[in-house]
Amino acid sequence: MDELWSLFWIFAKIGVMTFGGGYAMLPMMQRELVQSRSWATDEELMDYFAIAQITPGIIAVNTATFVGYKRRGIVGGIIATFGVVFPSLVIISIIAGLINTFADLPVVQNAFAGIRACVCVLIFNAISRLWRGSVTDSLNFVIFLAVALASYFLNISPAIFVLIAGVIGFVPEFVVSRKRIGENKTARQQGRQGQKKCQNHQGHQGEDHK
Amino acid sequence: MMYLRLFWEFFKTGLFAVGGGLATLPFLAKMGAATGWFSQSQLTDMIAVSESTPGPLGVNMATYTGYTVAGLPGALIATLGLIAPSIITILIVAAFLKNFQDNHYVQAVFKRLRPASTGLITAAGLSVAVMTFLPSNISLPAMRAGILAVFSAIKWKLVLLALAVLLVTRGIKKTKKVHPIVWIFASAAVGVVFRFAEA
Repeated sequence: MDELWSLFWIFAKIGVMTFGGGYAMLPMMQRELVQSRSWATDEELMDYFAIAQITPGIIAVNTATFVGYKRRGIVGGIIATFGVVFPSLVIISIIAGLINTFADLPVVQNAFAGIRACVCVLIFNAISRLWRGSVTDSLNFVIFLAVALASYFLNISPAIFVLIAGVIGFVPEFVVSRKRIGENKTARQQGRQGQKKCQNHQGHQGEDHK
Repeated sequence: MMYLRLFWEFFKTGLFAVGGGLATLPFLAKMGAATGWFSQSQLTDMIAVSESTPGPLGVNMATYTGYTVAGLPGALIATLGLIAPSIITILIVAAFLKNFQDNHYVQAVFKRLRPASTGLITAAGLSVAVMTFLPSNISLPAMRAGILAVFSAIKWKLVLLALAVLLVTRGIKKTKKVHPIVWIFASAAVGVVFRFAEA
């Protein structure tokens, strides 16, 4: 029970200390989980983080679930996850309530008009960072461009694009590894036949000697 | 019924949003358009608030949209919807799949998912930018009438500010690592001083 509480509070702390989330929370996690408690090694943490990035959902949430599960099973996973979203729930609800109340004030409207211009730049900067890690070959460039244009101009759910891109990744890999298995099989068969031939040959030689 | 829909919409977002940070943005943009729960400019405000408050960006945005749609219960339900797929998939991966991250199928799939995710965010970012720099009441006939009509309708004050922010966040080495919250507050101040709402 004690450990479940500390799972909750540690991840609440990690949640509240990380602005932005994602990679920003890695140093916090290292301090809380590796250095202060040795609940995980640096390598394990990197593994959890790698998995969190290639599973659906928010990276911070995924990492919390993973660490919680490793410590205290399914309940631990759920408790740690609630911990990491708890500060957001409290803080954002308060701020959203305030902003919705004062939204009509000219000061607030002017401020948010300025902020919106800034947010566009922040999004642009985020995209250019993502671009470097994701558009790594020409097929990925085609996927990027096709998805960006289709998603902007057509009214299609983003989920559809995610599914299609997943299939584009899966199918060639599947075909190639099938082929590889096929080649291995024939190679083994050929190898066996080769051995047989060899034995036969030796057999003949033996007969010759007689 | 409303709460159920809210949960389901965010469940889908949590299930298909891949990668960190703004990965949920395209889903929220489509959600706002499809349900009428919030406008594009409200969404932009939510991004700003989510960026300048503690907590993971995706979670903050879900909580904020949930709150805007249905108050405190909405915030709770949207957040629960968002994290439910994470909990399910991570528990499955942790319990059954050893060396999941080294699996060649997983890697092949994610190699192609990443550019798709970037493309989705780009499209959503583009519509946010159009909403911000062009007046929302600009009509299609006016656009057809000529580039000049569009050109004169652009909110130049905002464009100027955006260019300034772009310059300091990308052009100057020393300010590259400064937290975005600084630029958000600076832009708010500029907006108040120069009355940007009337731009």
